[in-house]
Amino acid sequence: MATRRVKIFSLFERFWHWSQMLLIVALLITGFGLHGFHDLFTFEEAVTLHTSAALALLLLWIFSVFWLFTTRTWRHFIPSASGMWGVLRFYSYGIFKGERHPYRKAYWRKHNPLQALAYLMLKIVLFPAIWITGLAYLFYFAWRDVPHATQWLNGVAVVHTAAAFMILAFVLIHVYMLTIGHSFREHVMPMINGFDEVDLTPEEEAYLSKDQPGDIR
Amino acid sequence: MRASIAIVAGFLLTALFSLSSGARDTWPTPPAADIPPPQVSGPLQGGTADHTKFDQLKGPFSSGPEVTVACLGCHTETGDHFMRNIHWTWSYTNEETGQQLGKRYLINNFCTNSRGNEGMCAQCHAGYGWKDESFDFTDETNIDCLVCHETTGTYYKTPNSAGNAACSVMFEGKPPIDLAAVAQSVTLPQRANCGACHFNGGGGDNVKHGDLSSALKSPPRTLDVHMGVDGLNFACTACHITNRHVWAGSRYQVVSKDTEGTGKPGQRTDVATCESCHGLSPHPVDSLAGFKLNDHVQSIACQTCHIPEIARGGVATVVDWDWRTAGKTKDGEGYHEEGYIQGNGNHRYTYKSIKGNFTYDEEFPPAYGWFDGQMLYTTIDTQFDPQAESIEINGFTGSREDPKSRIWPFKRMHTWQPYDKGNGTLVYTHLWGEDDAAYWGNYDMGKSIAKGMADFGLPYSGEFGFIQTISWWPITHMVAPKEQALGCGDCHTPQDSRLQFVEGVYMPGRDHNRWLDIIGTLLVAGTLGGILIHGLVRFFSPSHGSKGEHH
Repeated sequence: MATRRVKIFSLFERFWHWSQMLLIVALLITGFGLHGFHDLFTFEEAVTLHTSAALALLLLWIFSVFWLFTTRTWRHFIPSASGMWGVLRFYSYGIFKGERHPYRKAYWRKHNPLQALAYLMLKIVLFPAIWITGLAYLFYFAWRDVPHATQWLNGVAVVHTAAAFMILAFVLIHVYMLTIGHSFREHVMPMINGFDEVDLTPEEEAYLSKDQPGDIR
Repeated sequence: MRASIAIVAGFLLTALFSLSSGARDTWPTPPAADIPPPQVSGPLQGGTADHTKFDQLKGPFSSGPEVTVACLGCHTETGDHFMRNIHWTWSYTNEETGQQLGKRYLINNFCTNSRGNEGMCAQCHAGYGWKDESFDFTDETNIDCLVCHETTGTYYKTPNSAGNAACSVMFEGKPPIDLAAVAQSVTLPQRANCGACHFNGGGGDNVKHGDLSSALKSPPRTLDVHMGVDGLNFACTACHITNRHVWAGSRYQVVSKDTEGTGKPGQRTDVATCESCHGLSPHPVDSLAGFKLNDHVQSIACQTCHIPEIARGGVATVVDWDWRTAGKTKDGEGYHEEGYIQGNGNHRYTYKSIKGNFTYDEEFPPAYGWFDGQMLYTTIDTQFDPQAESIEINGFTGSREDPKSRIWPFKRMHTWQPYDKGNGTLVYTHLWGEDDAAYWGNYDMGKSIAKGMADFGLPYSGEFGFIQTISWWPITHMVAPKEQALGCGDCHTPQDSRLQFVEGVYMPGRDHNRWLDIIGTLLVAGTLGGILIHGLVRFFSPSHGSKGEHH
């Protein structure tokens, strides 16, 4: 077992992450403006920005889903209970004692169990909730004549807004997490240059050194 | 070869696009001409006859009906056609409700009723001499062709009966009319022809409608994008298309939602809807907003966004009328008071002994509501609770769930007017006449009602009071240029939304779930608080400064 700096975030993943970040921030700002929480934009500007960003994000997600399944990287997001307790205990107790984070990144397991679960929930619960309701919202006039359309619209709006609140809370926690452990900068760098410290098996180390020398330092 | 064709085609398309977008920058205002082009009157344009060359119109004429005989001499079928229309019959039966409507029978909350007051009110009947029930509606020579077709501006009408001396004095000393000159001037109706009556409904300029005033005789494009003399210069009949002297567009049965659009060439000349010219997707789809605006057509009448205010153009409209104060005299004489200066600088009466107090308004936002096009009138036959706080003269129906309804703008007219307190009905008041029961002259409301009802065999308890009435006037004229239309944020806003009282639909920006907002705000605030506490505990914990590792 050796700890090496390995490229764990490919160029596409980094592009995906940062463009998703920009789009989600734009969606949160314009969305809460549309909801009436602030007046930074006119309603027309906010609708235009919000809808454009949403459509761009959907396109990005289509590409990312394709990428996840063709590169088998979807496996990083499979939830696992093993090690979960240790991570939870660390964030709520051990961290204050200056303990070491119990999770070691592995080449085929770059998220700790709590992270994997959180991202999975984001991907399969919050994101679908917001994009399905968002599309229903956008195309309301295509189904306005079905029975009880306005009650449905009300429900769509509630789910959409609730999901937005939860995504905002996620974003806040996600950013705060970057301050835990290493410096903020060291946490952000892997998502910029792709490299992070990872525990490699001798086989992985040998394979990477020989066949993908650009991905290991 | 193919590639070069594609490139050329691309260039052409680009050039075409830039041309058309360049043209739109100045759309649709052509440079102002010294002499405005002729008003646009719908499909019948240009004309094939010069009426000054007709021997039949050389005169001399001693009366209006003589001119009518000359007109009908060539226009052989017009008399038959004309006598079927509402300008002649003043009568309309609603096919759906069976209600007998029409000016001849209805009560409004302005001068209340024409019935029994025809000597005055039928000045605006498109005929000659209707002063009482004896008028012959089958005599073609009673038709007044000139009031709609003359263009000299010298033609006028006076009441068909003398009325009380106090009132008839208003109509004395008018210059004689040169009927031959007037007859030779005929053409398709101009805005001023229609406006002679329709701008003055309710007893004065713009009193009744709020969107029809003398400002439309020669309006700038900014007041009405269709009628503007520096724009399209439409006459009324450009939209109120005429077929055999029957006009498209009805206030008794409004087409609140046109689902047919423009139709094929030559079709759809029987409606006055916006969609009959502009189609069902009127906004250019060059942006997301344009796409959403075209969606809104299903729920929102065009007028709702494109007529941002009522009574623009400097002429105010009456929004409140109080008959309770009518009848005050000074030294036994009626009088009036000026108290309102409107946008164009003219004074308006705020009190008249014959009518009571008026409240004016101009450039104010309409009231909005779901409207299916159906008006439900309180007629002379309608009984209501005599203790009712207020009644609607023409209540309207409509809802979000009804596929024919859209959100429409209305002028809301509020009036205190006399009613039969014993029977719970509205009343016909006898306002105009030479007798001593006529209110306009004797100021005795009880007497006036008693005669107004008795003349038509209607029951009257003998006890009158005043009740608040509301009438609703769909707003559809004075369409502003698109740059003055309402923006999204005028309705989609939590405060002071134009549609704040419109129910039955969730509107983003206007509506929100209070509990969801509270819980959501608490969630976000709680998250921030948790982060703060977690961070502070880390900061002050004994091992501060020592680094953990990966999270």
